[in-house]
Amino acid sequence: MSWIAIGEIDDIPLRGARCIKTPTAKIAVFRTADNAVYAIENRCPHKHGPLSEGIVHGAAVTCPLHNWVISLETGAALGADEGTVRTFPVRNDNGRLSIALAEPALAAAE
Amino acid sequence: MTQKLVIIGNGMAPGRMLEHLFEQAPGLYEVTIFNAEPRVNYDRIMLSPVLSGEKTFEDIIIHGDGWYIDNNVTLYKGHRIVSIDRNARTVTSDHGVTESYDRLVIATGSVPFIIPVPGKDLPGVITYRDLDDVDAMLLAAQSREKAIVIGGGLLGLEAAAGLALRGMDVTVLHVMPTLMERQLDPAAGYLLQKAVEERGIKVITKANTKRIIGTDRVEGIELDNGTIIPATLVVMAVGIRPNAGLAKDAGLAVNRGIVVDAGMRTSDGDILAVGECAEVDGMVYGLVAPLYEMARIAAAHLAGDTKPAFVHSDTPTKLKVTGINLFSLGDFADGDDREEIVLRDATAGIYKRVVIKDNRIIGTVLYGETSDGAWFNDLKKKGADISAMRDTLIFGQAYQGGSPLDPMAAVAALPDDAEICGCNGICKGKITSAITGKGLTTLDGVRAHTKASASCGSCTGLVEQLMSLTLGDAYNPAAVTPMCTCTELGHDDVRRLIKAKGLKTIPAVMQELEWKTSCGCAKCRPALNYYLVCDWPADYADDYQSRFINERVHANIQKDGTYSVVPRMWGGVTNAAELRAIADVVDKFEIPMVKVTGGQRIDLLGIEKEDLPAVWADLGKAGFISGQAYAKGLRTVKTCVGSDWCRFGTQDSTGLGIRIEKFMWGSWTPAKLKLAVSGCPRNCAEATCKDIGVICVDSGFEIHFAGAAGLDIKGTEVLGLVKTEDEALEHIVALTQMYREQARYLERIYKWAKRIGLDEIRRQILEDGEKRRAYYERFVFSQQFAQVDPWSERVSGKDKHEFKPMATVGFEAAAE
Repeated sequence: MSWIAIGEIDDIPLRGARCIKTPTAKIAVFRTADNAVYAIENRCPHKHGPLSEGIVHGAAVTCPLHNWVISLETGAALGADEGTVRTFPVRNDNGRLSIALAEPALAAAE
Repeated sequence: MTQKLVIIGNGMAPGRMLEHLFEQAPGLYEVTIFNAEPRVNYDRIMLSPVLSGEKTFEDIIIHGDGWYIDNNVTLYKGHRIVSIDRNARTVTSDHGVTESYDRLVIATGSVPFIIPVPGKDLPGVITYRDLDDVDAMLLAAQSREKAIVIGGGLLGLEAAAGLALRGMDVTVLHVMPTLMERQLDPAAGYLLQKAVEERGIKVITKANTKRIIGTDRVEGIELDNGTIIPATLVVMAVGIRPNAGLAKDAGLAVNRGIVVDAGMRTSDGDILAVGECAEVDGMVYGLVAPLYEMARIAAAHLAGDTKPAFVHSDTPTKLKVTGINLFSLGDFADGDDREEIVLRDATAGIYKRVVIKDNRIIGTVLYGETSDGAWFNDLKKKGADISAMRDTLIFGQAYQGGSPLDPMAAVAALPDDAEICGCNGICKGKITSAITGKGLTTLDGVRAHTKASASCGSCTGLVEQLMSLTLGDAYNPAAVTPMCTCTELGHDDVRRLIKAKGLKTIPAVMQELEWKTSCGCAKCRPALNYYLVCDWPADYADDYQSRFINERVHANIQKDGTYSVVPRMWGGVTNAAELRAIADVVDKFEIPMVKVTGGQRIDLLGIEKEDLPAVWADLGKAGFISGQAYAKGLRTVKTCVGSDWCRFGTQDSTGLGIRIEKFMWGSWTPAKLKLAVSGCPRNCAEATCKDIGVICVDSGFEIHFAGAAGLDIKGTEVLGLVKTEDEALEHIVALTQMYREQARYLERIYKWAKRIGLDEIRRQILEDGEKRRAYYERFVFSQQFAQVDPWSERVSGKDKHEFKPMATVGFEAAAE
């Protein structure tokens, strides 16, 4: 596990998301209306829609492809749908963001 | 032991009879039906709304295929019975199927009367009886040429109104001096004629048809007085006669109809007859209420209960033409032994007449205001002595006995045996007891259990009032569906309150309207964003985080997360330079798929999000702007080549389409908005299934709207004909603005139009010039903020963060 700097909180629009490219997967980093930051895999458990492109509301995002709602805190689908995406720890030091990636996750998660 | 019941005919009467029979004696019979029409049982009295476009065939089906399966009924569709062998007790169909019976029910209905004039068999001469006739009329109406309806009775006028709504130039020929003379007195007939003529339908009374003109198909009609009226469609709606030929051939007693006793039995005790083909006590019937009564009695007799007997009663008549209210009941001819009370209000177009004999009502004609119809009917049925309320009788129930002017009180005051639903003969007590007994809380529930308001629907208001009375607050007819789980408010309330309270940001709306969530959800936020963009074009800053991804990045997301890009091609016209630029972009970015769209432009599919600004930059250099193929906004204006090239073109449809598109591009609308302009009625641009369409004709531009060709398929409605391009543009823009201001988010124009009513839209856009110009000006005002090409903005650096990853990490580690 290592913390990797990814940028400033202001790089992400309020109620929006940005992507981080890693060798194995895209990670979506979200900033909610109350400035909480979350990182989850950018891949909906349903049909692999890019969650970073969804509408952010509360601590959840609605997938742009088929409207699944995914919790940013747990990565689990909310409501009647079932499925979970990976979540990643994020640290916010006065606006500077870093993300914790396990070494295997970096190299060969999938 | 199961007996075999065979029914000839599958109309409303036998359908209703079977419902009663299955309820009273389930399993008693094994049922076989032969239907000459190739379809299931449908509500024939609702054919006129199908013709006018207010309903579809699916809406008027009474028994779907599943009903026959569930009830174990064998239905032979498209089988006409050609003979009944009473000795062998069998029937045989024209396809050679022979079926034996223990009991036989003849329900062959009626056949339209054809006036025996020369030319009556020409193609283009049709009757108005079943769905095939409606289909034939709809097909003919596509030409939007001239039609003649012979017969100014109930059916004829409904056919005329439907054809006129479908865009035909309609003339009604009526042999008598006034319309519907069997149901209306001359004064009401005159008012009716005026109302019909206001709809653009010509009416010629005292018109005797001499012959129908035409060689290969109908070309017109010549009247006795030598007048010649051209037409490509002639509809004969001069009456019906019982279809009793089959019964007669079988040796049953036949007079005008098949003679039956009060138990619906023919001269052969094993054979019953119901419906329009039956004659009881010298009378034949054409309205649904007595036919349903026959069905009830026949069912009882088939179930073994021989007590019920058919008793004649007058049935009120209503015309199913939207906007025309008339009610007629009983006998209203003048006579020495009769008195009449008349109320006229010329300005309001109201006429009421009650005919009284020996202090009892024997007939009523109401025109323009018919809500007291049920009350007059009840008084007449009971033979009530009206001498005490004579002075105020004509003003209706609300004025009697000092009771307040409250429609609810009027309904409350009705006795339990007052008839509410004339079609189905359902009285007040039956409805209220069903509501309480079965715990019904919805109109559909009441319809399902009692049949009240389930046929022609004209008593729906009364039924709803009864539900409110019985259920109190538990019944809320206007129960609104909330926008989403974040609020209790529906879309309409939210729109109203945004304007009323002057709310100009999403947080303000959520605060003031007490949203239950902190920042909404993916359902309400895009809706609120649209409402604010539309209502406050100069003040509101579009919230991109409340837009769906397509509208945020101005391209269409695909299933694999790549995007497609559609540049605008004005009116579907392009040229070599544009095509060359597109080809270069395709090569440069290795775009895997290039597709011509249904909206006459070119779609480039499979573009990575990060490449979008560069693709737009190259397209922009060639003069392209965003086609907004992703927007809940103006999409395309399809055109044909029009008078510039086409030998049939009547106007410059291409030019008009381009003009409209250049005027309207960039505008956001509640749902996507697709337009088309066709240069002639051949309609090559397919304008008659668009949200808004124009059909050019020699005399100008016919504006259409509210079509659909997606999940639903629906031809457009005609807004009206205007003479110039300028007028066409003004009407289209005003209509769009009205839709923008009133519709619910994601509601297409045809659904909105259905909800608020076509007449209301025509009134505001076509008839009220002041309103139209106000809409037009509000649209023009908002366009100064909307017509900004989102692609060039982003090429210049706007929303850069959207198109670049925030960081790229871990690649060195992986490369080890």
